[in-house]
Amino acid sequence: MAISREQIEKVSLLGRLLLSEEELDKMTGQLGRILGYVDLLAEVDTEQVEPMAHALDVSDVFRDDEVRPSLDREQALASAPNRDDECYLVPAVLGEL
Amino acid sequence: MSEPYTIIIGLEVHVQLDTRSKMFCGCSTAFGAPPNTQTCPVCIGMPGALPVMNRRAFELALKTAVALNCEIPRFTKWDRKNYYYPDLPKGYQISQFDLPLSQDGYLPISDPKGRFEPKRIGIIRAHLEEDAGKSMHDEAAGVADSRIDLNRCGTPLLEIVSQPDMRSPAEAKAYLTELKLLLNYLGVSDCNMQEGSLRVDANINLHIDTPEGTVATPIVEVKNMNSFRAVERALECEVRRQYELWQQTGQKLGDVPKQTRGWDEASQTTRPQRSKEESSDYRYFPEPDLVPVTTTEEQVERIRRSLGELPAALRSRLQESYGITPYDADVLVNQGRNLVDYYIELAEGCGDGKLASNWVQQDVLRTLGEQQIEIAEFPAPATALARLLDMVRAGKITTSRGREVLAEMITSGKSAEEVIKDMGIEQVDDSALQDLCRELIEASPKVVAQVKQGRQKAVGALIGQAKKKNPNVNPARVREICLELIGNGH
Ligand SMILES: [Zn+2]
Repeated sequence: MAISREQIEKVSLLGRLLLSEEELDKMTGQLGRILGYVDLLAEVDTEQVEPMAHALDVSDVFRDDEVRPSLDREQALASAPNRDDECYLVPAVLGEL
Repeated sequence: MSEPYTIIIGLEVHVQLDTRSKMFCGCSTAFGAPPNTQTCPVCIGMPGALPVMNRRAFELALKTAVALNCEIPRFTKWDRKNYYYPDLPKGYQISQFDLPLSQDGYLPISDPKGRFEPKRIGIIRAHLEEDAGKSMHDEAAGVADSRIDLNRCGTPLLEIVSQPDMRSPAEAKAYLTELKLLLNYLGVSDCNMQEGSLRVDANINLHIDTPEGTVATPIVEVKNMNSFRAVERALECEVRRQYELWQQTGQKLGDVPKQTRGWDEASQTTRPQRSKEESSDYRYFPEPDLVPVTTTEEQVERIRRSLGELPAALRSRLQESYGITPYDADVLVNQGRNLVDYYIELAEGCGDGKLASNWVQQDVLRTLGEQQIEIAEFPAPATALARLLDMVRAGKITTSRGREVLAEMITSGKSAEEVIKDMGIEQVDDSALQDLCRELIEASPKVVAQVKQGRQKAVGALIGQAKKKNPNVNPARVREICLELIGNGH
């Protein structure tokens, strides 16, 4: 299964990656080879094998519903590129058109 | 229903589950904390932080799913739903994609006013996911930046997705009301819409009958509705808008991409919203940081047995055991379990379910509303009110006198007997009443003659006189005694 340049463009947009023309070409080739490898794996007969949901053979891990201390606000906001006294600041998010 | 179309509505409800801590970390879920004071490396997505599932969140989700008659698969897992938005610091939401914790359920709805036939609304699935943060933008202040508060990030939500089974805005409202009531009875959520504990998104379109067959209009998702009444209005508005638009443009399902519109309370209209452009492509993949959860048949059975009496069953029981109408049972059950318990104690205590229902609906509910209190704080215990109703039933005091007594019981917290004594209301005993009536009849030969000629109304004059002599007499009983005495030739 090959991947097209259009698909790479779409995926890079979804991932918020701004790729140059050159990089788009490079990624198309690289991801195509990875998918080729997956195709190779797909040739193995897995008819009798149950699909795997997780790499660890562990399930049902829970914690009790107990409140623990949170970060204090200064710590939480410390690495924000832009902030005020209480909040992170980001370029405007507008709900309506 | 002469409209040339059928309305198709499906609802997605997000309910905040009642846990103390978040879904994957120990941060508090308490509402109203100052911005960004309830976050930690797990819920704001710091590299290397690892989520661990909150047991109570999972149990509450399972309980709700069982109450919604869902199938509970033996195995469920978590997935990442990828999108970029400033209120989602990890760049993905932990949710459930192909193996949700429940599916294929239903919730029965009905309308005691008979506006639609009782029906079952299908539930496609109910799954667990985490909430995002909150972005605030003050357009009026002309500020360029949005402010982000991440306190809500990671709060446990149950997403309940219905089938597109609702055929009117009224049915949609009934479904939401019944769902909220069920969640209240289960004690899994406080369902406070103002605080965001319950959020509703609606999908709606029309199937229009035309000479060429049925045509479907484009599906619109409506958001931003902050009460059930708003949901009903927004859907009514959307029905009109879609029909008019179809008449103008002939646009069909598939002609345009799915649109998101927001309800605007001020103008009572829906308005287009910016949809997250390529949002249909969330590139889900299994969450590697969380292991799957398995559920046994015995676990589900145990939950089923622990559900208690749910609203639908309780309505039928009240009708059967206390002889009240479906409408009255609905009003009582919709007030919550505590009020129903008060009603049951009252009905048992006074031995008259209908009388108890009338007094609860008129006097008790009115007082709760006026004083903004819960039934637990109502000053007159059910046993005390039951003794008052006993006296009313036996004709010892009148209904209107009874109301005055209850009002005084509420103010003073005294028993019915004490209030009656304090207010100087004499309970008139029947033999004294017989004597009084006999006395009046003997003094009023004219009235007696009229009654004997068949004019029973004339006895009203005697009732008036009796009340003058003793304001505590029961007029119905006076009438009864007088007619009997005159009939027997006293
Ligand atoms: Zn946290």
